[in-house]
Amino acid sequence: MTALPARLDSKERVAPPVALLAELTHRCPLGCPYCSNPLALDARADELDTSEWARVFSQAAALGVLHAHLSGGEPAARHDLALIVAHCAKAGLYTNLITSGIGLTVDRIKELADAGLDHAQLSIQDSDASSADRIAGYNGAFSRKQAVAEWIVQAGLPLTANAVIHRANILRAGAIVRLAVALGARRVEIAHTQFYGWALANRAALMPTAAQAESAIAEVEALKKTYAGIIVIDHVIPDYHARYPKACMGGWAKRGLNITPSGKALPCHAAETIPDLVFWNVRDRSIEDIWTNSPAFNAFRGEDWMREPCRSCPRKTIDYGGCRCQALALSGDAREADPVCHLSPHHNKVLKVAVLAAQGEDAGAAAFSYRRMPLREPA
Amino acid sequence: MMRTSDQDIVWKPRLARGVRLKYDEIRGEWLLLAPERVIKANAIAVEILQRCDGTATFAAIVDDLAAQFSAGRARVEADVRALLEELAAKRMVDL
Repeated sequence: MTALPARLDSKERVAPPVALLAELTHRCPLGCPYCSNPLALDARADELDTSEWARVFSQAAALGVLHAHLSGGEPAARHDLALIVAHCAKAGLYTNLITSGIGLTVDRIKELADAGLDHAQLSIQDSDASSADRIAGYNGAFSRKQAVAEWIVQAGLPLTANAVIHRANILRAGAIVRLAVALGARRVEIAHTQFYGWALANRAALMPTAAQAESAIAEVEALKKTYAGIIVIDHVIPDYHARYPKACMGGWAKRGLNITPSGKALPCHAAETIPDLVFWNVRDRSIEDIWTNSPAFNAFRGEDWMREPCRSCPRKTIDYGGCRCQALALSGDAREADPVCHLSPHHNKVLKVAVLAAQGEDAGAAAFSYRRMPLREPA
Repeated sequence: MMRTSDQDIVWKPRLARGVRLKYDEIRGEWLLLAPERVIKANAIAVEILQRCDGTATFAAIVDDLAAQFSAGRARVEADVRALLEELAAKRMVDL
């Protein structure tokens, strides 16, 4: 890593990314109906191999990436996971495993810890076992995750539990925080569902009522005080019920990038839903070239693309106009302000959706459209 | 009133597993890396955290810093305590 990156000489220097999220595979034993993977999943045969991922992480570290997030699908479905972790550690990257826990054993966790894994993030579907298994679409997931959490803690790895909150578990948002404490997590992410991809397809079953959302938010915020110094609570609040949009991804192509199992570089999970964006592939281009020059990354970088009400808004450097994918999904145009913003001319559509979706009779027990691979492939 | 307690003689602070102090060559600055967190570490924080190796006691770290920077011990102790308590609240330092 001694070569000076060319961008240092460039006049229009783009600040380097902080994080790279690697979807090592889209294979996953769980079927969570809010999965952040795209509806069209990559097949195993198209996945980058060990050496291709190694090259990606070396290039990322040289460019300035600090955090490597090993995600999926379920990353433990890759037999070379420990090799990839070891390579990331060697490259000096802070390496985080984002896992469902299924496919991990006590020996494998020890192997990952020995390879230099810095941190593990385990998904929790609910604090109630049968509800958790129903949400995951996998019998026994809840009890298996309890064991995995214990193995992670025993291996000395710091554990984050993360839970996506929606209609079927929102009444237990506080109980999920307490479960995370009991599992020995140092940090818990309580993330209210963001409606893209699979979650958008399941929106009617997942959308809580405004009253449920408010109550859960208040409960979790109060727990931050209760558990100060015991567990760090990162709380992602539901944006359909907000006045201003979230600073999606910390700004488009500003902080990080995602790489799909087949090597496509995306500014965010859902970017492929935006028509006419051109994505480059790590098989053809370096991470630095992609970060600096890829048309998809430059499409919404900075402020030039903005229209009103964003263009003249003092919050444009705070929330960057919100989420491009949500602007597309709700207004039909990715260049519009995120309709979650009360200043958006499309804001009434958000209100309508939030109210209608939450009105469904006992929506929390409604049937999910589970995230599944089109073909069941041999493991 | 800030004073060294008995506890400070046995307390051996260290960065929690999963928290790393790293000099970032690309950005030319010291960073504290933790799960989903990147915190810039100023020169004083770096001096403090480099001494938090799990073997030096809190009192010894304060003595060392006070001697090296010819600073008043009470002032140094307050700075070290404030930083470590802040990081402990974030679960980034083990008490």
